[in-house]
Amino acid sequence: MQLYDVNLSARLLLGTAQYPSPVVLTDAIAASGCEVVTVSLRRETANGGGTNGFWPLLQATGVRILPNTAGCDSAQEAITTAQMARAIFGTNWIKLEVIGNADTLQPDPFALVEAAKVLCADGFAVFPYTTEDLIVADRLLDAGCRVLMPWGAPIGSGRGLRHVDALTSMRGHFPDVPLIIDAGIGAPSQAAQVMEIGFDAVLLNTAVAKAGDPVAMARAFGQAAGAGRLAFEAGLMPPRDMAVPSTPVLGMADLGLGGLR
Amino acid sequence: MRIDLNGIPTEVRAVHLADVLTAFGYRGALATALNGRFIPAAARLTTVLHDGDRVEVLAQMEGG
Repeated sequence: MQLYDVNLSARLLLGTAQYPSPVVLTDAIAASGCEVVTVSLRRETANGGGTNGFWPLLQATGVRILPNTAGCDSAQEAITTAQMARAIFGTNWIKLEVIGNADTLQPDPFALVEAAKVLCADGFAVFPYTTEDLIVADRLLDAGCRVLMPWGAPIGSGRGLRHVDALTSMRGHFPDVPLIIDAGIGAPSQAAQVMEIGFDAVLLNTAVAKAGDPVAMARAFGQAAGAGRLAFEAGLMPPRDMAVPSTPVLGMADLGLGGLR
Repeated sequence: MRIDLNGIPTEVRAVHLADVLTAFGYRGALATALNGRFIPAAARLTTVLHDGDRVEVLAQMEGG
């Protein structure tokens, strides 16, 4: 999988929020095998008192950093936040979030495209958190995005893929664009489904961070994403409406005891 | 002069943005914004503050 100019083998990307501790976070990253994690920005406390130690530990893992613009609800706010993230994290990668509704945390597609145009022109590698809308996707690609990240379900909901048909259409419509399902994934089986319908990767946070054992859950998600991808590459059988015997009936004995034939 | 510093009304004697960071002991990797616009580190020394300005000072945080 290639995201912008970077080749990656892991199909799982992890968020870094809500873990019980920074050590559990880094253990989960190692267990999952992920190579990219998302991070964010917060107001710093005066006199340098705001750090909780997560950043040095995260840097030591060697994973690639994908800062986000979480919480932004206007294009200008997202643009400024992205510029601040680039200054702090030293990467031009940005997960572009512009939220349009506080209840659903649904992306605002109009502000998203507006911000994407500015950031792509400014040299950012933009990973837009978007919907499955094909026209919005086209506009994001026109803006310069080379990766799309449609939602699976509302952030933190754990509901899995709410619009499988639309997402499958999106996959078919953009066969050469890396597509990452971002948000709404609650179980490893859902991550496997993402990969089985041909998406390139899955990005999630809460399902791992809030698990009873985040490290074990991270491992489960890493394996599920890998298994789903392998299944996609192997070629899934098409569904059938009726049963078809898997054991050949040709040459079956007729014992004269009745039955369905 | 009164500014909003990370959302808190704050009385400052600073002339430039860099003065505020020094006066309040900010250190480490930081990013700054003034009235909603990003201010690069190199420009803090020459960015003049005015009464009512909104200053944001951000650092790394976990995120999803």
